[in-house]
Amino acid sequence: MSIARLRVDSINQVGDPSAQSSAEPLEFRNATKRYAGSPTPAVDGLSLEVPAGEICVLVGPSGCGKTTAMRMVNRMIDITEGDILLGGRSVKDRKPAELRRHIGYVIQQIGLFPHRTIADNVATVPKLLGWDRQRIAARVDELLELVGLDPHEMRGRYPSQLSGGQRQRVGVARALAVDPPVMLMDEPFGAIDPINRERLQNEFLRLQAELRKTIIFVTHDIDEAIKMGDRIAIMQEGGKLAQYAPPAELLMAPANDFVEDFVGADRALKRLALQRVRDIDLWSVATCRVGEPVAEVRKRLEEADLDIPLLVDEEQRPIGWLGKRALSGERVRDELRSRAEPVVELDDILRDALSDLLGRESMYGPVVDQFGRTVGVLSIQVISHAIGGASAAVPSAADRAP
Amino acid sequence: MSLLLTVIAQGGGFVRDRAGESSCVADDGFCPSWIVDNADRYVTPFFEHVYLSVVSVTIGFTIAFALALLAHRRRWLIGPFTWLTSALYTVPSISMFLLLLPITGRGNTTAIVALVIYTQVIVFRNVINGLANVSADIVDAADGMGMTSTQRLFRVEVPLALPEILAGLRIAAATTVGLAALAFLAGTGGLGSQIAAQITFKSNVVVAGLLVTLLAAALDLVVLTIQRFLTPWRRAAAA
Repeated sequence: MSIARLRVDSINQVGDPSAQSSAEPLEFRNATKRYAGSPTPAVDGLSLEVPAGEICVLVGPSGCGKTTAMRMVNRMIDITEGDILLGGRSVKDRKPAELRRHIGYVIQQIGLFPHRTIADNVATVPKLLGWDRQRIAARVDELLELVGLDPHEMRGRYPSQLSGGQRQRVGVARALAVDPPVMLMDEPFGAIDPINRERLQNEFLRLQAELRKTIIFVTHDIDEAIKMGDRIAIMQEGGKLAQYAPPAELLMAPANDFVEDFVGADRALKRLALQRVRDIDLWSVATCRVGEPVAEVRKRLEEADLDIPLLVDEEQRPIGWLGKRALSGERVRDELRSRAEPVVELDDILRDALSDLLGRESMYGPVVDQFGRTVGVLSIQVISHAIGGASAAVPSAADRAP
Repeated sequence: MSLLLTVIAQGGGFVRDRAGESSCVADDGFCPSWIVDNADRYVTPFFEHVYLSVVSVTIGFTIAFALALLAHRRRWLIGPFTWLTSALYTVPSISMFLLLLPITGRGNTTAIVALVIYTQVIVFRNVINGLANVSADIVDAADGMGMTSTQRLFRVEVPLALPEILAGLRIAAATTVGLAALAFLAGTGGLGSQIAAQITFKSNVVVAGLLVTLLAAALDLVVLTIQRFLTPWRRAAAA
């Protein structure tokens, strides 16, 4: 009976974002790290705020101080000047060991304890906090399931018996064990091959969509930063913050030459990967059915952004673009100039939609919703406007999870 | 030529007189039946030897292990401790027993003190190296999880260093069993004094020597079993 209740308790801790312990905001306030004997600081007056539940990616070339900045949060490295506030409270006011037990920690090498079983590894922090055995066992199973591992199969194994991807998942489960409000992740997918890395990234974003932790994520890979980050802090040599902005803004308006260089010459294309068709303003289109009065269609055409009528079926599903002769009589005739290809879906990523258009050598294509009904038109012009456009709403990384 | 004849004559004599046990013994030869009849002579020395070895290794391991844990935390101690234990290790064992006699007197105390001293460098170095060889990532993860340095030491570093620590214990045990055979110089019993008592009698030397070897092998097996029991993850890795 008590097991069942404890299990429900711990599920609430994880699943319900309104539960007492979910995420806390994090603020770097002029945080500086200077090493004795080094002329330049490792981290130089870093100031940035991470709202609760968002992923902040620290990215930059090696030696830019991104890992140092991350490690100051849980006091693995002590702050020389300035402060870091976790939920409004200075990390310096808390004992390092106690502080660290409430901050999830995932490193590139994962650092699973080879002499402990998977269950014992995941249970590391609960044991330090003195949870009772039943609660720990229930929590371990729950966490393993959460990261997509079979508890019955995995519990008793040792890390050496797992694949790289499985170990990485166990590392995440271990970091989540006591439902910490903040997680630190230092190149967590760095040691994973590209195919599995992509899968683990997507899995993690799905998990984050559910958990909504405040996360500091360190990487040297700008593409990973754009993919994972709600906000990206680009750091440059000397531990200086070059720019702190959401990915779209970073790609659209790099603050200086360093950032422009770092995000790469293809930053316009990278932006396309951030948005879905539903995120941008589509062209309106005049739809019509066979047998409709031509006068009505002409009126609709005047109001539409595109001057070519789109023939649809009874369900508003696109059939094809009408030629001039189709409107030459009283009623709309079935005279297509071309089939409606490609058909783009609202949930398509812009980059993929553009690729479809280019692949069909088409300047535009009808956009359909999840039921296949026409809702507008996507054109090369629309996309190019979206790339150059001012304030396209870009959803959070977790929401973008496929 | 005459030498060869002598050897043949002696060999012949041995064969001829084999039934006459007393003459084999009188010749200080290797006499199986004498050994069988006199096995009980070795029981007490054997257990004295076991006692000397086990007590010395236990005390020696405990001290060296504690010193190593201390030095692991206060790194500056590693140099002095290594130097001191190595220097003591180079003192010839005969000198060590004789040097200690005026201080600790004749008997087990002197023998045990000397044997403990010889275990120090072996165990100390293995423990220090074992702890140093624990991967930095794992130590970092332990710290990052919020372990205190004591928790990290006993929950992560020592368990992972066990194979090297126990390897040190095995060498220390074998060395101690061998050196304990010289403990008679300090006036104790053990198989060494049994050997020394009749050092020209082949049967005696062979039996006592064999028992020393067997004891060393047995202790080694005990430690190996302990290691197997304490490090299940290593078998999992091999599987």
